[in-house]
Amino acid sequence: MKTPKFSQSRVVAERDPHSRRSFLRKSGLGLAAAGLFLAGCEDDDDPIMFDNTVNLGSGDVAVLNYAFALEQLEAAFYAQVLQGGYFASASAEEKQIMTDLEAHERAHAEFFQAAISSVATAIPALEVDFSSIDFDSRASVLGTAQAFEDLGVSAYNGAGRLLTNPDFLLIAGKIVSVEARHAAAIRSINSNSPRAFASSEVVDSNGLDLARTPSQVLGIAGTYITTPIDASGLPQ
Amino acid sequence: MKLLHLFNEFERGANGSAPQLTTRREAFGQIGRTVGKAATLALPLAAFLKPNHVHAQTSGDSIIDVLNFALTLEYLEAEYYAMGLDANGLLTGDIRETIALIGDHEAAHVEFLKSAISGSGGTPVDKPEFDFTAGGNFNNVFSNQTIFLAIAQAFEDTGVRAYKGQAANLMGNKDVLTAALQIHSVEARHASEIRRIRGSKGWITNAENTTGAGAADAVYAGEDNVMQLGFNVTTVTQVNRNHITEAWDEPLNKSEVLGIASLFLED
Repeated sequence: MKTPKFSQSRVVAERDPHSRRSFLRKSGLGLAAAGLFLAGCEDDDDPIMFDNTVNLGSGDVAVLNYAFALEQLEAAFYAQVLQGGYFASASAEEKQIMTDLEAHERAHAEFFQAAISSVATAIPALEVDFSSIDFDSRASVLGTAQAFEDLGVSAYNGAGRLLTNPDFLLIAGKIVSVEARHAAAIRSINSNSPRAFASSEVVDSNGLDLARTPSQVLGIAGTYITTPIDASGLPQ
Repeated sequence: MKLLHLFNEFERGANGSAPQLTTRREAFGQIGRTVGKAATLALPLAAFLKPNHVHAQTSGDSIIDVLNFALTLEYLEAEYYAMGLDANGLLTGDIRETIALIGDHEAAHVEFLKSAISGSGGTPVDKPEFDFTAGGNFNNVFSNQTIFLAIAQAFEDTGVRAYKGQAANLMGNKDVLTAALQIHSVEARHASEIRRIRGSKGWITNAENTTGAGAADAVYAGEDNVMQLGFNVTTVTQVNRNHITEAWDEPLNKSEVLGIASLFLED
């Protein structure tokens, strides 16, 4: 099945603002158990959201916090996938993939929490809004997973140049290739095409994967991350 | 130019140390055994586990050296897939489509790197002569799809590790670094797909060599590392150790990569 590219994602177009509260009532416990805090949905109509603004910091730390934010988004998503109807009825192969991806992203997020905290201030748990995603729908889950994994790959690819510490660059490299392995696997099961894993949607005529700037990435991720993020300290 | 000579030039240019080349007799003498190869071809595992040890940094290679090293690996991959696609009846159906796309990417990488090297004032190295039978150890590489895909997996997983190991050497040119990262993640997409076609997970668990060829143990040596930035990741998350090793890919340094690639050189 064909999935729209992230910027035109169907799951975004189908957002239903009224579904969020009931969704969270049902699922909040599972997410809390995954160590990820979701709250603030009642603030939807409150224009004063900027009180919650999270600052990424500056320099290399800001880049690491930026990565941490994306890993939080992915980890929260897969934690919810494992609670949903799609996963319950998924094939053995797809269950294995979703189980693995949930574990990998949670490990990434918890690693960043520990590593950043040891040298600076790690951003807190971000609030996310997945009301646009139908976790009972295979198409919705796989379409979102594909968008998140491709987004993660492009984010790390674009952020490498912002780092000055080679140890941090190496860490980013160790993680981005796993995100790319994820992206290929999700793309493969989300399509009948044997070329979907690295199609021209994500790999250009020079054989290069996507690279996105933080502002591009955060603009896309902002559909799901409701906590305002101040990225002004990120290196240019 | 013989690749071995090329490698020696790379290494002289780098730090004067001899490359860790391995003869085929050494590498294949014990095919099927799971011990020995990693120790022969790779740094001791302890080197990977030492906190703050970074293979990638401070080898002193110039950016053009790194790009020529990458070009050599891309030559190997591009020729391998081109020969596979030319082999009568080897690749059919969906697998042929997949390999054709991967082959297109590798050929594009060759051209891209040549342009980048020339554009930086360097001279692209010539394509070496390859022997994909590895001295007669894989005589059916282009007639047996199982063997062909197993070696493809080893090449792709090696490519991922090779680019990762060189990233820090490209920090002086941010555009080149970004392009290298963009190639690196494409190699990872390739690796995932080929692994999954072969029935493996798309990611590497511990240091498991799922190719079925003992000679490829070096491709996976050190992938079981759980020390990241000095943290033992098993102590900061409830995620189990197998999953942790899957969640971080590990680099190889140039000597380690050349040790693997040298098995496929024309004598």
